[in-house]
Amino acid sequence: MNILVVLRMVPDVVEELEIAPDGKSLNLEFARMVLSESDDHALEQALLIKERDGGTVTALALEAPEVDEVLFAALAKGADRALKITGPKEGVTTREAAHIIAGVISSEPGLKGADLVLTGTQAINDLDGLMAPLLAQELGLPFLGIVTGLVPNFSARVALATKEYPRGVRGEFEVALPATFGIQAAEKPPRYVPVAKVRAVMKSRKIDCVSLTETVEPGFSLLQVLEMTKPQPSGHAEILEGSADQTAGALCTILAERGLL
Amino acid sequence: MAAEFWVIVEHWKGRVSQITYEALALGREVADQLGASLHAVLLGHNAHELASTLGKADCVIYANHPLFSEVVAETYAEALVQLLKERKTRSIIFPLTNVSLGAATLLGARLRLPVVNFCTDIQFAEGKIQAHCILYGGKIESRVAAEGEPTIFGLWPGARPADKGFSERRPPVEEFAVSLSEPAIHLKKYMEPAAGDVDITQQEVLVAVGRGIQSQENLHLAENLAKQFHGAVCASRPVIDQGWLPLSRQVGKSGATVKPKLYLALGISGAPEHTEGMKAAALIVAVNTDSGAPIFNIAHYGIVGDVLKVLPALTKAIESRKGVGSHA
Repeated sequence: MNILVVLRMVPDVVEELEIAPDGKSLNLEFARMVLSESDDHALEQALLIKERDGGTVTALALEAPEVDEVLFAALAKGADRALKITGPKEGVTTREAAHIIAGVISSEPGLKGADLVLTGTQAINDLDGLMAPLLAQELGLPFLGIVTGLVPNFSARVALATKEYPRGVRGEFEVALPATFGIQAAEKPPRYVPVAKVRAVMKSRKIDCVSLTETVEPGFSLLQVLEMTKPQPSGHAEILEGSADQTAGALCTILAERGLL
Repeated sequence: MAAEFWVIVEHWKGRVSQITYEALALGREVADQLGASLHAVLLGHNAHELASTLGKADCVIYANHPLFSEVVAETYAEALVQLLKERKTRSIIFPLTNVSLGAATLLGARLRLPVVNFCTDIQFAEGKIQAHCILYGGKIESRVAAEGEPTIFGLWPGARPADKGFSERRPPVEEFAVSLSEPAIHLKKYMEPAAGDVDITQQEVLVAVGRGIQSQENLHLAENLAKQFHGAVCASRPVIDQGWLPLSRQVGKSGATVKPKLYLALGISGAPEHTEGMKAAALIVAVNTDSGAPIFNIAHYGIVGDVLKVLPALTKAIESRKGVGSHA
């Protein structure tokens, strides 16, 4: 009962993003990298399954700034193994990343034959494809995305998965295992792990490293980014200036004039 | 024979999704630019009647199979692989919604075709079909061209008004026979949402909270403000995922689409997944500490500030205007 979780680092959009001088890519030098939000949920779902149904959890990520902290945090939360793929170029696309990761999964002892391959359903930079279906295709596994609940029956080789639809409707699917799932949200919010515990894990545990086995040729993503820009303010929002009390007062007047009070 | 340009028809629970008509409106424009024929590809089970609403297309390609009762990415990809062996198209527009998500990528991966996600527009320019895409939660825009055809475009909702993609004309239907393998994924049942305490789609005023509300303990600030309007509190995805509010209060891709007279977006960044559910509100007011938050691009009024300061100040200001402040 092996559960594999693929984690990805993405720029923190709370911070200001800078476009590189080529005008076609992000300047990652100054970007703060964080774990992709739905990947955090994928990790949590894996840990919940392990606690409920048993099995081992392996967290797998490409080498990237801040990724060691994320992998140590995964160990501190309860993952059994953390694995980092070293050597990919900076700014690898999702399609390229999936090819590299699938290559490692297929060749690395202990990864091939995982019962569940979990990752986030969508990342903010999935321009050339989504990770879960790309991995599913590369690994020859079934795929289901937008999953918010997952209950495997390892002995029966099936899982019951809950998929989200619009308007709060959910669908319950039976999926033959092994399979790949794109997790939208875990059954519980991702757990918090104290910094002290992560630091302790940094001293007592290690991240396994493996060099990438699959290289990607230029043009692998089949896309050409012609231009990258920041959205031009549409001039739509009239910004109210001043202190909280001043702006609140001004807004109150506007709402009253529009008959909303 | 004219080149083809395809739109994949998304239908769910017996109805064609709005985004299909949006995609047809966009597809019509691009097909006309290319001098191509616009084809709507309908995969369904006993769904022939749905074709009658797809008159914006020159032709409907219809495949009828019991496995198309539900949208399963693998099954859709398998069918489209077969269709692409028989016919050629320059591009395929795929809806990027919770119903269809994943099918476009899977098809692209199976046939090694270019996939462009997060498209808000598609144009034929400089001799190439180019897409305009929204990335990084709405913080970056990108113009993208594909290397190779056909290109698969994953389309965000809202690219064109849906009514522009609707036509009373009954299009010709070409049937297409598919042979599908037994899928590893089966829908067992749908689960409707539990009736919420409040139907947020019926509210005239919504106070929407996002990550900026910071904790469940601060939700009462939003409740207090909502009371002033006899409105309700709703939320973006992160608040629902934390379990601070029930799913029935979620606005956006997985939640409700709302059109209130007033939508107060408090501490919400304005990612496309959220804005697709609220951008039709008559008046949008956004409060966010990040002056570059995408929500300000669709809001009518904005305050760059801390929700936890602005929220109580606004409640207090309204109370004062109503003349109850002095009694508080």
